Amino acid sequence: MDFTLDKKHEMARKLFQDFAVNEVRPRAQEVDETEIFPRDTVDKMVKAGFMGIPVPKEYGGQGCDPLTYVMAVEELAKECGTTAVILSAHTSLCIDPIMTYGTEEQKQKYVVPLAKGEKLGAFGLTEPGAGTDAQGAQTKAVLDEATGEWVLNGSKCFITNGKEADVYIIIAVTDIVEDKRGRKQKRFSCFIVEKGTPGFSFGTKEKKMGIRGSSTYELIFEDCRIPQENLLGVRGKGFGMAMHTLDGGRIGIASQALGLAEGALQRAIDFTKERKQFGRSISAFQNTQFQLANMATKVEAAKMLVYKAAVAKATQKTYSVEAAMAKLAAAEVAMDVTTKAVQLHGGYGYTREYDVERMMRDAKITEIYEGTSEVQRMVISANILN
Amino acid sequence: MNIVVCIKQVPDTKGGVVFNPDGTLNRAAMLTIMNPDDRAGLEAALRIKDETGAKVTVLTMGLPKAEEVLREAIAMGADEGILVTDRVLGGADTWATSTTIAGALRNIDYDLIITGRQAIDGDTAQVGPQIAEHLGLPTVSYAQAIKVEGDSVVVERQYEDRYHVIKAKMPCLVTALSELNEPRYMTPGGIFDAFDEEKTKITVWGRADLKDVDDSNLGLKGSPTQIAKASDKVRKGTGEKVTDLDPTEAVNYIAGKLKEKHII
Repeated sequence: MDFTLDKKHEMARKLFQDFAVNEVRPRAQEVDETEIFPRDTVDKMVKAGFMGIPVPKEYGGQGCDPLTYVMAVEELAKECGTTAVILSAHTSLCIDPIMTYGTEEQKQKYVVPLAKGEKLGAFGLTEPGAGTDAQGAQTKAVLDEATGEWVLNGSKCFITNGKEADVYIIIAVTDIVEDKRGRKQKRFSCFIVEKGTPGFSFGTKEKKMGIRGSSTYELIFEDCRIPQENLLGVRGKGFGMAMHTLDGGRIGIASQALGLAEGALQRAIDFTKERKQFGRSISAFQNTQFQLANMATKVEAAKMLVYKAAVAKATQKTYSVEAAMAKLAAAEVAMDVTTKAVQLHGGYGYTREYDVERMMRDAKITEIYEGTSEVQRMVISANILN
Repeated sequence: MNIVVCIKQVPDTKGGVVFNPDGTLNRAAMLTIMNPDDRAGLEAALRIKDETGAKVTVLTMGLPKAEEVLREAIAMGADEGILVTDRVLGGADTWATSTTIAGALRNIDYDLIITGRQAIDGDTAQVGPQIAEHLGLPTVSYAQAIKVEGDSVVVERQYEDRYHVIKAKMPCLVTALSELNEPRYMTPGGIFDAFDEEKTKITVWGRADLKDVDDSNLGLKGSPTQIAKASDKVRKGTGEKVTDLDPTEAVNYIAGKLKEKHII
């Protein structure tokens, strides 16, 4: 067992770090304050080839592995949680399911421009009445036999990259079947929906606690007609596809959480070395030292789980448990470490002048989206009790 | 068109400077980067490649570890890398370095050679022009803009208060300033290719591969310049000039800065 990164991953980290420090850090506070989607930063990520990191070169990507992608999200999150989630939702939730379940035509038509960054991706599963209970989703797609089109009706909420994306993966009920005991069950299917399709519009923008530059919108479908060839994968198998997609997405969010924790820890180290009270740096006090030691240890543990999940994604067919453990641990570490970083900053940490204030707000969402920490516990416990 | 860019792996002075007891730099103990002027020179070459399809070769002289900087250049878009490394070449001053690099360049088919103006570890700005002298090439130094026109390059050569526009017929050598351009980032896929043995080959040359050079001009023995003493620079902040404030605003501004640094 070898815990060292090889040279290419080390160099990739240096690239992501340089990019994050030079391009993302200067904009992070403003993005949070103004709640404006950082399109200029995304344009720079496009130019640098960040929008298709784990996608094979023949589909317009960079031909790297999930670990490289994870490090990109992590390094971005050290500076700005918003920028990190834009990349994560685009890559894990939109490109990944098309790469996994798409036909060759769908990959050429959608993955190539997405991986090149000419288009931005999003994913819609959650609905007002269907969060953790994703099976409660009501959005329907009915096949119009006459035209061969799917007609989509319903709405999705809390959608990341909501109004900014060009391509959306939408999960909708397509069939109702009866099980052996005669109970009715929904069957879901996945669809690729393009922005600008008639009947597809945007609802309200969410005003959020953190990741405030992330474009979080309600998507509304009113008799929105989707060509038959935009059905992704097998009809009726959409729920399993969505869950598998979320396994990958959770690794992305775990990386975001890890980056937030690492960013807050570094800022706490820098601050406590500089800040003087009672005539000496507060890092000279044992309470500070022990707090920092705890934070660093938790961050390292989370990192191991996140990287392990990334490697599992590259080498295993299923990685639900690895992804759930990585996300559960990293998200809770992010919340804990950012909160302690604020505490170590004292009054300054409570002001918006200091990054840790924003990072603590950004960290909270990592315990909630793409499966709450409770959902991760459900996934993990179901596996160990089985 | 073939462009050769000479690049150097230099200590990252942001990470602190470490000296050997004899006053030379302890390069192994320091973080390294691609010399900033060289990086701009590489970017200029890659822009010419983007426009004309030129082949870009990067060449460096240094320890075996300097291979990293070649892979970094390839990850930015260079086509191939040559590492000149040999124990007998160690301790070289600018004369021995330029002799060595010229000896390597004699093996290569080139139209344009680009070097950085100077390296941040030596600050001599001598190696580029010396290489041109060894090879009998015209040289244009301090380039703040480079473009190719037919069989010539047109270069803006920077002076303190003006610039000259100079047209030079290729083959020639140009030394680049870091302000020449904003170098591109490596791409993630470029990095993977740079470490893929099937896609990227780093050619390694030693003393035996240098053409038309005399041993008396190589390495520490062939270096007329000897370092008597080296020391770290006393670091000064760049400072900040704030204008257009009335006295009250100025006081508030200064007080704000002092608070920010927890001085008051």
